[in-house]
Amino acid sequence: MNRRVLRRWISNFMVGTMIFAVLIAVLPLVLILATLLVKGVSSLNLAFFLKTPAPAGESGGGVAHAIIGTLMMVGAACLIGLPIGIGAGIFSAEYPSSRLATITRFISDVMNGTPSIVVGVFAWTLIVARQKHFSGYAGSAALAMLMIPMVMRTTEEMIKLVPHSLREAALALGYPRWRTSLAVVVRTTLPGIVTGSLLAVARVSGETAPLLFTALGSQFMGTNLNQPMGALPLTVYTYANGPYEDWHRLAWATALVLILVVFVLSLSARIATRRIFGRYG
Amino acid sequence: MTAITQPAEVSDQGHGLEGRNVSDAAFRGVLTVCAAAIPILMGFLVWELYAGSRLAISRFGVRFVTTSIWDPVAEKFGALPLIFGTLLSSLLALLIAVPLSLGVAIYLTEFAPERIRKPISFLIELLAAIPSVVYGLWGVFFLLPFLRTSVFPFLKATFGFLPFFQGPIYGQSMLAASIILAIMVMPYIMSVSREVLVSVPNSQREAALAMGATRWEAVISAIVPYAKSGIIGAIILGLGRALGETMAVTMLIGNRNEIAASLFAPGYTMAAVIANEFSEAASDIHFSALSYVALVLFLVTVLVNAGARILIWRTSRGGPQGGRGI
Amino acid sequence: MADFPIRLATENLSAFYGETVGVKNVSLGFTTNQVHALIGPSGCGKSTYLRTLNRMHELSPAGRITGRVLLDGDDIYAPRVNTMQLRRRIGMVFQKPTPFPTMSIYQNVTAGLMLNGRPPRRALDEMVEKALREAALWDEVKDRLHSSAVALSGGQQQRLCVARTIAPRPDVILLDEPTAALDPQGSQRIEELVFQLKRDFTIVIVTHNMQQAARVSDTTTFFYVGTMVEHGPTKQIFTRPKNEQTEAYITGRFG
Repeated sequence: MNRRVLRRWISNFMVGTMIFAVLIAVLPLVLILATLLVKGVSSLNLAFFLKTPAPAGESGGGVAHAIIGTLMMVGAACLIGLPIGIGAGIFSAEYPSSRLATITRFISDVMNGTPSIVVGVFAWTLIVARQKHFSGYAGSAALAMLMIPMVMRTTEEMIKLVPHSLREAALALGYPRWRTSLAVVVRTTLPGIVTGSLLAVARVSGETAPLLFTALGSQFMGTNLNQPMGALPLTVYTYANGPYEDWHRLAWATALVLILVVFVLSLSARIATRRIFGRYG
Repeated sequence: MTAITQPAEVSDQGHGLEGRNVSDAAFRGVLTVCAAAIPILMGFLVWELYAGSRLAISRFGVRFVTTSIWDPVAEKFGALPLIFGTLLSSLLALLIAVPLSLGVAIYLTEFAPERIRKPISFLIELLAAIPSVVYGLWGVFFLLPFLRTSVFPFLKATFGFLPFFQGPIYGQSMLAASIILAIMVMPYIMSVSREVLVSVPNSQREAALAMGATRWEAVISAIVPYAKSGIIGAIILGLGRALGETMAVTMLIGNRNEIAASLFAPGYTMAAVIANEFSEAASDIHFSALSYVALVLFLVTVLVNAGARILIWRTSRGGPQGGRGI
Repeated sequence: MADFPIRLATENLSAFYGETVGVKNVSLGFTTNQVHALIGPSGCGKSTYLRTLNRMHELSPAGRITGRVLLDGDDIYAPRVNTMQLRRRIGMVFQKPTPFPTMSIYQNVTAGLMLNGRPPRRALDEMVEKALREAALWDEVKDRLHSSAVALSGGQQQRLCVARTIAPRPDVILLDEPTAALDPQGSQRIEELVFQLKRDFTIVIVTHNMQQAARVSDTTTFFYVGTMVEHGPTKQIFTRPKNEQTEAYITGRFG
């Protein structure tokens, strides 16, 4: 065969192989979404959202307790994690060459790569072992710890997108530094910071491992963060491992809800980011 | 954040030049506390892990990572099968995920028509947003039956002469866990290597094409070598993810504490043993052993991630910012 | 010139970026209610010099100065000087228009006014109108004061920045190539504006456009590689320059 034809043929073959790889890569997403829809949608009814689990073996019941638990624990995690993450992000963008900024940036990368189960162990030793009981607080602490580095990094990246001239204009007007930073720089990039925070919320809402031995999970409605608490991802885990058909049904429905929440948060974050990049592109 | 509305820094309302600036110092102070919280928390984490493991460290020492017995009743603990399981499942996952994600990344940066690039990478990055436990659920009820009835028997029939594909097929196994892990880390490797490939200067491509290379040859001879260390960084970053992955693996790997040659046999990982036993541990030494496992897992992932960051940083020079996922 | 007192002056001023010298030993006085142009080829130090006058230079990496800058005789680099207060007396307009994108036109003008506490609503309205009228923007924006500032054209944005700068009634206005990013029409409006504004303010303008300097300024200073080469009344600089380099530059033989 002609050498040139052979080379062309190899090139085309490789491109074909890569297109095949794309199909294989997209396949799991399609399959997962399809399975979730098929198995989950039929169980989504009012009782699912409003009731607590039926006693083992009986059918019916819902996951209201887990919805409340997830909302409360993620909410509490936001109260701790967002201010620290955003504050640290502003710090390392405002004083980029300070030694603390360099250290914080490096450590937050390390923290970002730390397995969430290890963070769970940390929250256990820090809170559960000292209090001697499982609690929603411990779960929140673990989730906050996971949020902080994510929020910090996106905040920093977003602030870096604000043109330097804007900062100078504010300073030249006699703005003190704090006001330049908050009223002009942070204010301008606020949608981006909100986006980063939403993504972090989406990530931790689906976290199971750090809750296993902190919040522990519960079958009952409870709003006391000082008690063991249910959460949507814990529900999926427990029900998936359980022996009853009805539990599996609830597990699928819960997973569907969880994934919808995560996707909606991620998608809105995407759209918001595109807007901001559009403004300065 | 707008709580501070009245500027307190200016004592002088007139046109004088003098005045102290208190609120800037306060601002920096508050931010410094936030920024310092991160290293302090991390220090705390390392200390707590170490303090929790001290009992096990003093009793088992380094033998902990070389012995295989994990017996809470007899209070004998060795983590070798866990470490083996963690490493093997992650490496197998990379074996599957790397060619796939590199194929996708190269296709999307070099070959794909402009208008399908974004939608496809977005779809694949959506995979990164799916919670681990949902992968586990899907893995148990969809992937496992499929593997048990079609893929594994096929592998056994075709490659049964190899020790990896022998023995009884349960479904829950090292191979099943590796496959789900591969799906989970693929989006990370894909998106980071895409960032790296995009940062390859156009002159590299043009030079190769100008010399008469086909587009594939340009990729292999000019672009991939240029992006090599960044791509390796992306892969290692994926490895870091895989090593610490907990829920899906726990649900699929079978949780049996032994080292088996066959990939059809169940195994165990460090993350999975913590997930399964931590809330039920009864003795101090059991807690301590689990904490020791967490410490080892932490150190392994820190090393892996640090290596990856350095490699990515060296190629893209834009600063270590890969792996943001979606 | 004798009837105009000196408002702003530099004595032996040198500006550095780390060890690199940006401006060498410049002594100059800027008289009240006049327009002072700084010209010279790019990189000659004229912008750096301008930025030392309101202490913006020290925000540049490793930016520092030696010598003195005097505002009404007070050294603005004295240790107890508050730079925020200083910059409220010496305003600055930049090369590219920099309206605050999240604020309305009205909020942009009031941005500098709010810093010493919030004036009553009516007084604020009057100050905004006054500033916008002085910046020759009032007629164009009076019906949409509360819409976004980024919707304005480039020239309008730049006049808005002028309004924002003059609203707090500074003593001195520094303009750093204010027309460099504008089309000819926009540039012309700004030039007219500068000419008007000297009634109330002392103005220092950096420009690379010699016709502009000739049209708007009372005095002109020529900078070359960080040194002040020649300073004098604009008419004299452009008709009978004393220095060969100045002559070469204004006749277009280099730069």
